[in-house]
Amino acid sequence: MDQLDYQDGNALAGPLSEIFTLDVTTAHGTCAGCGRRGVLAELRVYGPEPGLVARCPGCEEVVLTLVRGPKDAWLDLRGSVSLRIPIAE
Amino acid sequence: MGIISRAFQGRPRDHDEKLPPGQYLVHDFPVLSAGPTPRVPLDRWEFAIDTPEGEVHRWSWEEFQALPQETPTVDLHCVTKWSKFGTEWKGVSLDVLMEDVESAAEYALAYSYGGYTTNLPLEDLLDGKAWIVHEFDGEELAPAHGGPARLLVPHLYLWKSAKWVKGIRLLNDDWPGFWETAGYHNYGDPWREQRYQGD
Ligand SMILES: [Zn+2]
Repeated sequence: MDQLDYQDGNALAGPLSEIFTLDVTTAHGTCAGCGRRGVLAELRVYGPEPGLVARCPGCEEVVLTLVRGPKDAWLDLRGSVSLRIPIAE
Repeated sequence: MGIISRAFQGRPRDHDEKLPPGQYLVHDFPVLSAGPTPRVPLDRWEFAIDTPEGEVHRWSWEEFQALPQETPTVDLHCVTKWSKFGTEWKGVSLDVLMEDVESAAEYALAYSYGGYTTNLPLEDLLDGKAWIVHEFDGEELAPAHGGPARLLVPHLYLWKSAKWVKGIRLLNDDWPGFWETAGYHNYGDPWREQRYQGD
């Protein structure tokens, strides 16, 4: 067996908190690759360099990438159908 | 500290000239990963070049090994700012692989086992500038470094040197790859510090 070369999606919490005011690791998403539903915290996160790559635990397709440059961050949600983000009332 | 490190640096001016802006020198070989490491058995390995005109050229592992081999020694520059000098590889020049390929295409998309892609102008693969390599430092290329075989394009940032390369698709129009669509520069020249989109 290979040792795990990824972290779980909670590793996204810090970097994404730079962009979103809400904690989106608890958001529910649907994988565009296999239709699996789950929270972002369940994703498999590779990186952090050259960028964070979060993959679906079901099909290993890329759900999102986050590249952080000195002046900009690029968030690419290429493998996510939608995100349901809980908002406190 | 000052005296010792200066002695070990050798000739700093030579190093400075070989080090692109913003880079620092390393002596190990860092591994960056964007996904699980593919394991490709050699009896199922294949490399292909296809063209927009509909030509497909394929090589099995045995056919690939039978091609004329070169042993380039090159400097590597990773966009995460480390550079490594004098790395020794063995593989086949893209000039050899492209010898019988007839196409008017001007762009190339390298694609890999595991789904990775990266794009570059076709001319950056030709004239002794790129190889498909299968040995590093006298040993077969480890999966973590892209084995069984990877693309090697040392004059561009290392993300262009696709690990686990499976083929090269020649294209009439540029088709940005994995990192190129995720924020990194479309071309990636280390000497012009083309790290991110807009650099
Ligand atoms: Zn999936």
